[in-house]
Amino acid sequence: MDSTADLLKTPLHSLHLELGARMAGFAGYDMPIQYPMGVMKEHLHTRTEAGLFDVSHMGQILIRAKSGDVRDAALALESLTPVDVADLKPGRQRYGLFTNASGGLEDDFMVANRGDHLYLVVNAACKHADLARLKAALSESCEIEAQFGRGLLALQGPEAESVLSAYDPDAEDMLFMDVRDLEIAGAPAVVSRSGYTGEDGYEISLPAEETDRIARLLLTDDRLAPIGLGARDSLRLEAGLCLYGHDIDETTSPVEANLKWAIQKVRRTGGDRAGGFPGADVILGQLEGGAARARVGLQPSGRAPVRAGAALFAEETGGESIGTVTSGGFGPSANAPVAMGYVPSGLSATGTKIYADLRGKRLEMAVTALPFVPSTYKR
Amino acid sequence: MLKFTEDHEWLKIDGDVATVGITEHAAEQLGDLVFVELPEVGAKLDKGGEASTVESVKAASDVYCPLAGEIIEVNQAIADDPSLVNSDPAGAGWFFKIRLDDAGSASTLMDEAAYKAMIG
Repeated sequence: MDSTADLLKTPLHSLHLELGARMAGFAGYDMPIQYPMGVMKEHLHTRTEAGLFDVSHMGQILIRAKSGDVRDAALALESLTPVDVADLKPGRQRYGLFTNASGGLEDDFMVANRGDHLYLVVNAACKHADLARLKAALSESCEIEAQFGRGLLALQGPEAESVLSAYDPDAEDMLFMDVRDLEIAGAPAVVSRSGYTGEDGYEISLPAEETDRIARLLLTDDRLAPIGLGARDSLRLEAGLCLYGHDIDETTSPVEANLKWAIQKVRRTGGDRAGGFPGADVILGQLEGGAARARVGLQPSGRAPVRAGAALFAEETGGESIGTVTSGGFGPSANAPVAMGYVPSGLSATGTKIYADLRGKRLEMAVTALPFVPSTYKR
Repeated sequence: MLKFTEDHEWLKIDGDVATVGITEHAAEQLGDLVFVELPEVGAKLDKGGEASTVESVKAASDVYCPLAGEIIEVNQAIADDPSLVNSDPAGAGWFFKIRLDDAGSASTLMDEAAYKAMIG
């Protein structure tokens, strides 16, 4: 693990220490894993009331077309992603993927059309590589601005709307994947109605120097509790959301990863802007003909969690491994162990029984539909 | 007689039988437990052998056998409700009872003052 002295700090670092967080290195940052409430209660509190997460370690990047037309920036970005960016309307956001030449994934991200520029949020561990990728591919037509010092808060849970609307009533009118400028107690914020928990909520981008003040102010609302990365992980797993580096990586294609929905028709074979992204031959081929393996939800029998890395088998005894668990743990809201992993496509139908190696024993798992806990996005 | 190990287990020793659990410090470090796998009654374990596995929301950890002996009783209540280990680690959250091969072997373990000094 990184030594504490070498770790970067987010604008909320001193607040985490004041709140009694247990800190650990994550993607080069000293981050709160849990607060005194504990992972289980933090998770449940987010689902029943609301949670505030520091996600300032993630990478915020702006892309501006030199022509001044945001569509030119969108078309340039489409050379790196199979997603339809050009048809994204101003004030709207969508999920994106950076692909590589072999059809694998270099990162996943959110992209918003901000009217005169694109706004991206990328994974912390990938942000420098993503920035380099964007500069290498887009610099001729676009200005790329990294905002890695900015603050980013996630406000998630059924009370999130009411908490945020108290500061700016415009928050209430936003729908899932809307992005707007809001003013929170005098601080200019770029707010999207999205998140990584399966709950309704917002991600709030703030100038670094305002992040601590706004976080403390929001936390004065008794319904809101600070939530660490531990609960963030169990919440996103129950919601069936991928964690880059675990459930998706440079070897998994979007089709294998069950992310076909992220590739709009216009970028598929026969579409007006079909292909034109790294690995298009592989990915478009799999969209037509299918892939050999698939990411699925897995429900272990019994109460024991099955963790990432556990080998999967078709039979209770013998045989070669058919796949691997990529995320697994206990789902506090599901009140059961939950997992995701890759299996051969022939074994990916819901209800299929397979087995995981758990400490030398084969434990039965059922292939199950995702998410484990229904999402509550405001559409 | 109450004794402690460097692996954060406590032992309440009565004659040649030790009741074993994990310390409050260990329970706090592990966080909310969601699963406990107990040893089988009758199992003969060496000192340092894997006696039990506990799972928190985030990770799995092993509980080691603090001294050589035979498992004579396990606490099914913590398998049914692992949160008992968090709420009462020194009492209702005990793990198992072991008949020690050598009742004198407990003298090698730490007393409470030494354990408290170790965890700071």
